[in-house]
Amino acid sequence: MTSRINTLTLSRRQFLVGSGSVAIGVAFGVPALTASRRAAAQAASLAPNQWITIGTDGIVTIISPASEMGQGTMTAMPLCVAEDLDADWSKVKVVQSGHNPKAYGNKLFGGIMATGASRTTRGYYELLRIAGAQARLVLLGAAADKWNVPQSELTTEPGVVWHKASNRSMAYGDIAAFAKVPAQLPVVTAAQLKPIKDCRYIGKDIERIDIADKTRGAAMYGIDTRLPGMLYGAVLRPPMHKDKMVSMDDAGARAVKGFIKTVPLPYGVGVIADNTWAARQAKDALKVTWANDSITKSYTSSEVLKSYQAAASDLDLAKAGVEVEKHGAGNANIKGAAKVLKADFLTEHMAHMCLEPMNATAQWSGDDRIEIWAPTQSPSIATLISSIVTKVPGQNIKVNTTLLGGGFGRRVDADFVLDAVLLAKAADGKPVKVTWTREDDVKNDKYRPMVAQHVEVGLDANNNIVGWHHRLAGESIYARANPNAFKAAGGRDAPFDEGAEFIYDIHDSLIEFARQERGVDVGFWRAVGGGYSKHAVETMIDEVAAANKADPVDFRLKLLAKKPRAQAVIREVAKMADWKKKRPAGRALGVAYSDMWETHIAEVVEVSVNKKSGKITVHNVWAAVDTGVAVMPRNVATQVEGAIVYGLSGSLKEQVTFVNGAVQQSNFHDYPVARMNEIPPIHVKVMVTDNPPGGVGECGLPPIAPAIANAVAKLTGKRLRHQPFNAERVKALLA
Amino acid sequence: MQLNVNNKAVDADVAAEMPLLWVLRDTLGMTGTKFGCGIAQCGACTVHVDGVPTRSCVTPAGSVGAKKVTTIEGLSANGDHPLQKAWIAEGVPQCGYCQSGQLMTAAALLKKNPKPNRKQIVDAMSGNICRCGTYHQIVKAIERASGGNAAAKPAVKA
Repeated sequence: MTSRINTLTLSRRQFLVGSGSVAIGVAFGVPALTASRRAAAQAASLAPNQWITIGTDGIVTIISPASEMGQGTMTAMPLCVAEDLDADWSKVKVVQSGHNPKAYGNKLFGGIMATGASRTTRGYYELLRIAGAQARLVLLGAAADKWNVPQSELTTEPGVVWHKASNRSMAYGDIAAFAKVPAQLPVVTAAQLKPIKDCRYIGKDIERIDIADKTRGAAMYGIDTRLPGMLYGAVLRPPMHKDKMVSMDDAGARAVKGFIKTVPLPYGVGVIADNTWAARQAKDALKVTWANDSITKSYTSSEVLKSYQAAASDLDLAKAGVEVEKHGAGNANIKGAAKVLKADFLTEHMAHMCLEPMNATAQWSGDDRIEIWAPTQSPSIATLISSIVTKVPGQNIKVNTTLLGGGFGRRVDADFVLDAVLLAKAADGKPVKVTWTREDDVKNDKYRPMVAQHVEVGLDANNNIVGWHHRLAGESIYARANPNAFKAAGGRDAPFDEGAEFIYDIHDSLIEFARQERGVDVGFWRAVGGGYSKHAVETMIDEVAAANKADPVDFRLKLLAKKPRAQAVIREVAKMADWKKKRPAGRALGVAYSDMWETHIAEVVEVSVNKKSGKITVHNVWAAVDTGVAVMPRNVATQVEGAIVYGLSGSLKEQVTFVNGAVQQSNFHDYPVARMNEIPPIHVKVMVTDNPPGGVGECGLPPIAPAIANAVAKLTGKRLRHQPFNAERVKALLA
Repeated sequence: MQLNVNNKAVDADVAAEMPLLWVLRDTLGMTGTKFGCGIAQCGACTVHVDGVPTRSCVTPAGSVGAKKVTTIEGLSANGDHPLQKAWIAEGVPQCGYCQSGQLMTAAALLKKNPKPNRKQIVDAMSGNICRCGTYHQIVKAIERASGGNAAAKPAVKA
């Protein structure tokens, strides 16, 4: 196999993605390095650790370990390295890491390479700052030796070591020309890192490195992969999930200009052609007879959700289910409570609708080597799944992570990668790119689970909470996507259940998970469990506040008396929204709070409801967020805003429905998502504190549905407990 | 067939019914124009045909003829169209996938209406989906480029 440039390389001055002899370089900002200069710099360079390479030309190359799906990680993580290295950011080149979990894995994912669950900054922040500080010490040590002065007399300015006493300086690139990496690398502890107030980059709004390319059509996503001799694939999957093919007639496909071959797959039929359009025409011309019989045959959303609701509200745990979390007396005191508030919460399936449809490119070399180019949230999972299915050992599978046109949890899965791998296996060593249609994407997503939740809250005669019981029922995410973790956790499903736990001062609580097994694949949809569990929690908190005739903001502050960060965001958002101010007739405010992913966030929404049509209008959203150290505050604000938009869209209108195992929606016309003319003003305040950075990409989502529901309850007295709150459902509730 | 793309004559040996999008992406290797839905619902594939914003995913290549096709790669010589500069200043893109189409739609708007008000912007842009939710940043960037509301928020520091 010819040598390849294996990583996607991206910086302000250089953007390379290539293979073999193909290399596309787009220069902007400052002049691009020529290929020869780049080669020279690489030949003579210093690599103090696996994250950093300092060229003799002063260019500092920093590895970015996580997938860039819009959250800004390709800037934020290298920025943490640059901070403590004291690098000159204008001379930093960022390179997406290859798949090398030993060097670049995330400890919060057990060392594999995966991006999601708001774990990138939390998993790498300290590690990367330490890596930068360590490399800086290597440079200082080399400079001290060269000048024969004590290292303690040396300081740095961005990209330069100074000996102020003798007024001498040396650029990092100059040091790289002679320095050797010591056998024993300097040990740096977190305590030695720069205080936040002294940071040059962290906490400042540094321009994201990927922005300029993304305004010029130059950013390379998975779908943009082009390789010499590349063929194009499409895959037909059965309408009924997990159905099998009985027979196929591909005569029509063969008649399509550009058709090359059909490839039967374990889960459908693949087509290879010489362009995307031809592959799709050929796929559409296939005549396949399906068995019309699979585990999902009786899966019809409305009926299945009813059975889930029964499972959730049947509190006999012996029948099915596991205890997820229990505090104090659990639910024991609910029996003798003066009053018990009971409610069921329902959530329909939702699709991710990443704007870049699922795609991947693969190429086989012989029968035991595979190279993959994919917009994946996890090159480790892509490798694992490809290895399991093809029996090619993992070390012979090379995954190149491209930019992702949206992720939202969808691209943790590797089904689309497998399409490319299996079609390329039949392509005689040629690379094959498989691009799903939007219809493929909507009909074969790993949906947000359909979930029923039953909550009971016991109150004493003074309306104090004496017991809290929250039971969730639905198809497990982890049982499918991470079976080992699922088993190890004794049948608990961490992402499915997340968000049901809380930090309110409630002593006796019990959370249970009643797993349902109906065979439809569910996955990680932005904020995962938090998208529905917080709907239940925050609605019930509002109901308890109402039982206490307490203001919902004041009541939450009381229940969070020992949690100053939580109190601060709630106070702040109340101030932003002018919470106690009277609203125009027909409008009301609702509040909700989330403690997920080590980030505190409170949101207030202002809504009105058209009682005739049932349509909810959200007029304003305010959010106050404390994510601790905000590496890029403005980026935090736009991430929160983006999650609010995603959450508004999901909780007001998005819904995938199954009938007999087949998805009824297919594209944006019947699965509409929020457009510009539907988005209210969104006001986000990032409250920076010195706490360790929490998760940012998802935190904005959980409070939005309950905030809307709480506002509607204030307006109408009716509780919205079934997501999405579409007009039809709201109209029925208000009737 | 022959097409005029970004003021260059190009040859493409494709069926007349092949959508312009796939001619651009697969045949001509111009990947800046994106596939999002295939049914003119999301706007990711927007190009200009004789200056008119057009969904290339539903435009048969054979229907284009001698008309001038402009893609994101041809919006400006050096990526310095006022909208592109404003997009950078406002830090608009997140995943960025929809932004080629957003920019092409916005560019057509400003050509027709150099000083659009907020409502005109929203009306013109609501055919373009951004799943990351950058809508407010897009509005600000268009207002910045049109001189409408440039002082609303400072530029992102370089």
